Amino acid sequence: MTMGDFGGGRGGGPGGGQGVLHQGMIGEDIFSAFDTRIIRRFFGFVRPYRWSLAGTLLVVVIFVASQVAIPIAIREAVDGVVGTGARLSLETAVVLFVVLIGVNAVTGFLTEFCAARLAQRVIFDLRRAMFAHLQDVSLTFLDQTHVGRLMSRLQGDVNALQEFLETSVSAIGDAVLLVGIIVVLLAMNTHLALLTLVVLPALVAVRAVWLPRVKDTFRRARDASSIVNGALADNINGIRTVQEARREAANFADFKAKADQNFEAQIASSRAAQVMVPTVDLLTGVAQAVVVVVGGGEVLGGSLDVGVMVAFIFYVQRFFDPIRTLSQQYTVMQRAMAAGYRIFEVLDVPVSIRERTDAVTLDLREPSIEFDHVTFGYKPGQPVLHDISFTIEPGQTVALVGPTGSGKTSVTALLHRFYEVWQGAVRIGGHDVRDVTLDSLGRTVTMVLQEPFLFTGTVLENIRYARTTASRDEVIAAAKSVCAHDFIMSLPQGYDTPLGQRGQNLSIGQRQLLSFARALVADPRILVLDEATASVDSLTELDLQEALKVLRRGRTSVIIAHRLATVRDADRIIVLTAGRIVEHGSHDQLVAAGGLYADLYLKCHSSFDEVIAGEPGGYSGSRS
Amino acid sequence: MTATDTTSDLPAAAFDWINLWVKRLQGPLGDVRAAQAIDLVSMPRILGRILAIAAHHPRALVLAVGATLGSTLFSIAMPRLLGHAVDQAHILLKAGAANAKDAGTALAVTAALLIGAAALRGLLQMVSGFQGEWIAQKVSYELRLAFFDKLQRLDFGFHDRAHSGDLITRGMLDLEGTRAFIENGLQRIVALTLLLTFGSSMLIASDPLMAALALSFVPFVVWRATRSGLLLRLTWTRLQEQMSLLTRAMEENLQGMRVVRAFSARAFELVKFDHAGDAALRYANHRIFLRSGSISLMNAAFHLSMAAVLWVGGHRVQQGLMTIGQLTEFLSFMMILQLPVRQINMIVNTSARATSSGVRLFHILDQEPTVREKPGAPDLQPVRGVLRFTDVHFSYGKGAEARTDLAGISFEVAPGRTLGIVGPPGAGKSTLAHLIPRYYDVSGGAITIDGIDIRDVTLDSLRRVVGMVHQDVFLFDDTVAANVAYAEPDAEEARLIPATTTAQIHDYLASLPQTYQTRIGERGVMLSGGQRQRLSIARSIVPDPLILVFDDATSAVDAGTEHRLRQALLEATRTKAVLIISHRLSSLRHADEIIVLDRSRVIERGNHNALLALGGYYHELYHLQSGSGGVRA
Repeated sequence: MTMGDFGGGRGGGPGGGQGVLHQGMIGEDIFSAFDTRIIRRFFGFVRPYRWSLAGTLLVVVIFVASQVAIPIAIREAVDGVVGTGARLSLETAVVLFVVLIGVNAVTGFLTEFCAARLAQRVIFDLRRAMFAHLQDVSLTFLDQTHVGRLMSRLQGDVNALQEFLETSVSAIGDAVLLVGIIVVLLAMNTHLALLTLVVLPALVAVRAVWLPRVKDTFRRARDASSIVNGALADNINGIRTVQEARREAANFADFKAKADQNFEAQIASSRAAQVMVPTVDLLTGVAQAVVVVVGGGEVLGGSLDVGVMVAFIFYVQRFFDPIRTLSQQYTVMQRAMAAGYRIFEVLDVPVSIRERTDAVTLDLREPSIEFDHVTFGYKPGQPVLHDISFTIEPGQTVALVGPTGSGKTSVTALLHRFYEVWQGAVRIGGHDVRDVTLDSLGRTVTMVLQEPFLFTGTVLENIRYARTTASRDEVIAAAKSVCAHDFIMSLPQGYDTPLGQRGQNLSIGQRQLLSFARALVADPRILVLDEATASVDSLTELDLQEALKVLRRGRTSVIIAHRLATVRDADRIIVLTAGRIVEHGSHDQLVAAGGLYADLYLKCHSSFDEVIAGEPGGYSGSRS
Repeated sequence: MTATDTTSDLPAAAFDWINLWVKRLQGPLGDVRAAQAIDLVSMPRILGRILAIAAHHPRALVLAVGATLGSTLFSIAMPRLLGHAVDQAHILLKAGAANAKDAGTALAVTAALLIGAAALRGLLQMVSGFQGEWIAQKVSYELRLAFFDKLQRLDFGFHDRAHSGDLITRGMLDLEGTRAFIENGLQRIVALTLLLTFGSSMLIASDPLMAALALSFVPFVVWRATRSGLLLRLTWTRLQEQMSLLTRAMEENLQGMRVVRAFSARAFELVKFDHAGDAALRYANHRIFLRSGSISLMNAAFHLSMAAVLWVGGHRVQQGLMTIGQLTEFLSFMMILQLPVRQINMIVNTSARATSSGVRLFHILDQEPTVREKPGAPDLQPVRGVLRFTDVHFSYGKGAEARTDLAGISFEVAPGRTLGIVGPPGAGKSTLAHLIPRYYDVSGGAITIDGIDIRDVTLDSLRRVVGMVHQDVFLFDDTVAANVAYAEPDAEEARLIPATTTAQIHDYLASLPQTYQTRIGERGVMLSGGQRQRLSIARSIVPDPLILVFDDATSAVDAGTEHRLRQALLEATRTKAVLIISHRLSSLRHADEIIVLDRSRVIERGNHNALLALGGYYHELYHLQSGSGGVRA
């Protein structure tokens, strides 16, 4: 079960411009800034744009060529002025220079624009791929993964990669420029060029000593930053509890300690990075000194044009700019590699539930439901349902009754194929749910969950969530039939009232009513309802019972029932305990049978959870 | 932008004119709203505010600016040295090889100076880079703490309106935006300004005409930079907004994944995502267009000045009006300027981003909680803990759109007594409960504890006296013990057990593999709704508050457990004032007084029997609940 480790270390939290790193998982090798596997996979996302990439690279080359040629034009101009060995007149050289500027400006624009656009597209594609993939991965995975951690990958890591891509455009340009300059220097005067370039190995040597020493410092800085951001996110999400428990001072002290650590780590990493600055500068000075002494000497000796010496000085100046930029690039690249790793980790989460290639479309007016010797569990070796078999005729309503953890929710989840059965089969209208298209299955079966989840948007948008084409009148009709219309109209803007985050501005009962209306608009053939336990008051409950009758009409329904009224209305009742069916039949049959159900009924509880849940083992499994 | 007095008419007119002009140029950014978003005043104001925070560290600031100044001076000195070397070589070349030895020495001296200057410049750059980042980190550290602190102080009213994802984005990405400005932008601005001022005065001193040519690109670049700065700021703001929407879309999708799957809304969700994503991409592309265009135009302007220098300078050298070394010096100076000129764009971009980020960050930092302690408010030191509502009115809204959410509520709960509250959804039950710990302030009337108005005491002491338990329970991703002891972090485990025992959750917790040290949440055990509620009850009674409020706190607890829980709580709350909000009348029937709320008002009150005799809402509700089984409850 690797998914449990997915989120990695503590305090990951959502987001973080810098991404969360998990030493345990990724290991040190991720810090070898270049991971070919990640690069290769990454190029899979670039492939659709390969022609525009090729075009961009062509433009880059022209741009760099013009960049390199500009000092040559200067040299020609200077030579033209001095008159020694001049190939071009001053006028011609300046005209050439202006032409070069024009080319430089146009290609410069194209380079920046095309490359950054490309990077942007790839980034959005990558984010979309992750998002789309998460729509398909098993709920088992999502159950075990903190939304904040996933968000950190969708935003933080993607941003880190974006930073890398955007800067790598100029990095590619810089690298090409570097090569171009070396070529030109060698062409102009080979031995002066070689002498000047002697500083390069020195630079490489310095970096080789420096890099291993500062890797850890950089990594600590990134970790500290994600820890502090995670703490912020935690506190924001739990802010009400924080204020209720008067934890402000204690939490501030905790947070301050993390912020202090982050500050220290950032400063340490800055110190480590800045050491390279004077080194590069010193080497620039040395290279220029070489040009002055050796080149100057040769000018004196008459073996070198003054223009060449001037050009050399300019090139050396330019030579070190890309080197400086490239060494800054290192940190960004490291971060991008770690981010890329984490992004592909999400994309690699297996999709256990897939449509068959020959899947059929489920289109039945009144489908039957059949559970055929179904065994199922969430964790290997711990089945939650044992050999469950039952059949529901078209148009029938079945109530599932049983204590918490008895497997009621699992039964309904399998019907919707949220999970795959271990053994046996679930059939709708005779079709195994594994043989039909997921989309048609989804349109056939609709679930109303115990905890209504509403989205940001208006009341109207939420009610027609499942069928966005529904007209306003349809929405109002649905709301009326579930008795939600009155309270909706009492909201400031009626159906157009925007809901706060998760419908916070509504009471739980009101949210429940909206989720009913939403299911009604979806107009499914099979209705699965996880009845709310006690969040709706009794009068509303009465309304809901009526609404439920409307909702069930002409549909095959499975209801996880808590209320006796609901149970009595059902055509058939299935009593589950510990993942097994212990009794089933109609209300009258079960009462007559004198079993567990009859026992419950005779005790006259208005809710079915009351007695059963009190029994030992009532909390085993404890998943709702 | 309103000009209130006549003296500011001119700048206001100028702003209007510029806004009009910007509107014409902004292309895909839209019209009217965009023009309003461009606010010439906000950029200097926001950046000034960020800099004011940086000014808290004068030592580092002086060091950073000083070092930047020094390294810039060396940057300017280097062309001089190079020009000198070229001149030497050139003059000596003309003079013939006679004094080649002197020439060699002169070149060697120049070379040594070059190395020295480069080394010193590097060291100064290091100091300036380090100090700059130090200040930047310090500022972001201070802003981060201020942001955190402010969020903790802002009242529920604020958090009701704010989206948590948005707050997190501000606290991370916008904070980063302001930091980047100080780290990258500030130093570059200083270096560029110094380079231009010193360099140009040197050049002007040596040859005014050539200096004018060499610097002719500056006005153009300043104009471009201002223009693209405005547009970029606008684009950044839009982009940030779109990214917030995208974040929200993704976050909600993941949180509501069961609903998404239940309705097979995959396609719809992807469309929603694409919609937000495409909009963000449009702004991102526009930003790139602005940036790339701006860079290229600036570079072209710069190069054109260079061409002019070459043309005019070349002719002047030919006419003997200047030396080839001087020309080299001019060209070399321009080469040194090239990088900073390229960086102008980065400066503009960073400033634009910092402005939009700063606006978002300061918007939060400038919020004042409406629920606030009076200056010098004393601690609440209740003797008994008698809670009294006197004609309490309340409304969430303000001004014209305000709707009455509570009207004329009066009651008293003495220690050892229980008040029950019942009513349909939306009647104002939870609102009433939220007023007691002062999550919101009453709009009329007063709430007192032992006769002291709760607005006259410190929030901390008030909330210590009031314990709240909600239906929705938020647990932290931490151990059981840490969650139970959340309000009393120093409490020993032994002190927690009586609370968890009362809450009927101890046996379960003790049965966990690591008992109270077991982690809750994603990486630990998953608790059912009822277990979460019971844990939260334990959490609320650990600090031993005098007044306890249960807001439908046992809705997910099964009735059998609830019954035992109630017995235990009765024992534990013998000396406390207790408020119970519930839909289950069985939870309320033993209350000393029950009030029925409907549409913000008390419609019935009395004890169980009195209310039943009344034959109203309560009576109806009672018969509904007990009647569903056909037998009495």
